[in-house]
Amino acid sequence: MSGLTVLDAGLLSTIQDEGRSGLEAYAVSPSGAADKPAYRLANRIVGNAAGVAVIETTLGAVHLRAEQDLVIAVTGAPVALMLDDMGAAMGQAYWVRAGSELFLGRPLVGLRSYIAVRGGLAARRVLGSRSTDTLGHLGPRPLAAGDHLVVDHDPERLPAPDQVPTHPIEAHPVLDLLPGPRLDWMEAASAKVLTSAPFRASDQLDRVGTRFDGPSLFRSITRELASEAILAGALQLPPSGAPILFGPDHPTTGGYPVIGVLAERQLPLAAQLRPGQEVRFRWAR
Amino acid sequence: MRAMKILRYGERAVLLEVGAARVNDYAAAIERLDDHDIVSIVPAAETVLVQARHSSAIGGLSFRLETIEPLQRAEYVTDPVVIDARYDGEDLERVAVESGLGVDEVISAHSDVDYRVQFCGFSPGFAYLSGLDPLLQLPRRASPRTRVPAGSIAIAGPYTAVYPTASPGGWHLLGCTDAVLFDAHRFEEGRSPALLEPGQTVRFRPV
Repeated sequence: MSGLTVLDAGLLSTIQDEGRSGLEAYAVSPSGAADKPAYRLANRIVGNAAGVAVIETTLGAVHLRAEQDLVIAVTGAPVALMLDDMGAAMGQAYWVRAGSELFLGRPLVGLRSYIAVRGGLAARRVLGSRSTDTLGHLGPRPLAAGDHLVVDHDPERLPAPDQVPTHPIEAHPVLDLLPGPRLDWMEAASAKVLTSAPFRASDQLDRVGTRFDGPSLFRSITRELASEAILAGALQLPPSGAPILFGPDHPTTGGYPVIGVLAERQLPLAAQLRPGQEVRFRWAR
Repeated sequence: MRAMKILRYGERAVLLEVGAARVNDYAAAIERLDDHDIVSIVPAAETVLVQARHSSAIGGLSFRLETIEPLQRAEYVTDPVVIDARYDGEDLERVAVESGLGVDEVISAHSDVDYRVQFCGFSPGFAYLSGLDPLLQLPRRASPRTRVPAGSIAIAGPYTAVYPTASPGGWHLLGCTDAVLFDAHRFEEGRSPALLEPGQTVRFRPV
């Protein structure tokens, strides 16, 4: 046997790469790693080329066994890492012998960690990507205990032995919004509430989107909106009054007004929001 | 006075409000620009989203879009896609009652039309086809089905559609087809993974 075996996949572990782009007109979501900088860093540390597939975990608690000698690195939401009975650090390449086991604990901050294996995971490409699309059910299904993952051939580059930047995960993030195309569909008073009151990421939080609890936001225009395009980072106002921030597996169109759009540099920050975490919104300058 | 309005959508996208009738004409015109600054064009019910590769390009791009002339349908339309339809859907009789037509009249009203793929949404390859006979335009079912089989031909509001995969759904089921609506292998061969692409003409042929 080669590759690695999933002994526990935690809450949700999926295979992710850069995702599928430019297929939105066929109702195909972009998918791909939610926290791209953390994903790219993991690949860089083990010496992989850009775009190689890794495992994206959700709130850790993942257990893997190497079935061949592997080089592995973990980035993203910081978790306690154990290689058999030895502690290991985030953001470092480790040589893992065949038969050795890797345990990820639960992160105390952040949501998603990335496990890169030198050579990358060899899932079949669907529409140019190995990413799991949890909404459109494209690509490999989410990982389950007992799954056996095949590893591609080693790249020629050696793992980067350098110090890597650990990108901090903020406990009280402030999310910068640009005006959405339908900002005027929200009452002016609610637009003020959006950027003055604290909101809380609810437990309705997944790769499709995050619903926020907080003061209700009200619409000034209440007629139906004909379906229009949705992008990752779009903040939509459904009739419930609780805004939804869309993630990588977002539907490609939707019938509720998009009142704001997250600044793109903050998509990784949004990808690390945990259920119950407090956030504030402000209009980007 | 132009009918089109451009709305900003975040750092590097704009939403063109063009009205339901011209969505595909505008989308086709934008595609024909073959503009390297554009990474995606997403037609929808009444709008077309255009996303630029970089935020630095969106200003120039939206300036170019302001003066774009929509194509005429004849300039981009291809041969109709014909879908063989078995009109044996669970809601056929109810649709007949609600529309005040006989079952045969529902079938002919549905199959005598050249539909236009307005846009895709809901699930990969799910195409919203416009051109539905006004008599057949009914609100969605009060209680959605938890599972609509793949290949179901359905109607709701101003649209008809074929479910590419089994999924929950609130549309009225008129029949079904064996046609494969979405196939990733077609993409590997350099073709569209979706049988029905925005802008295409579609016909249902009763079998």
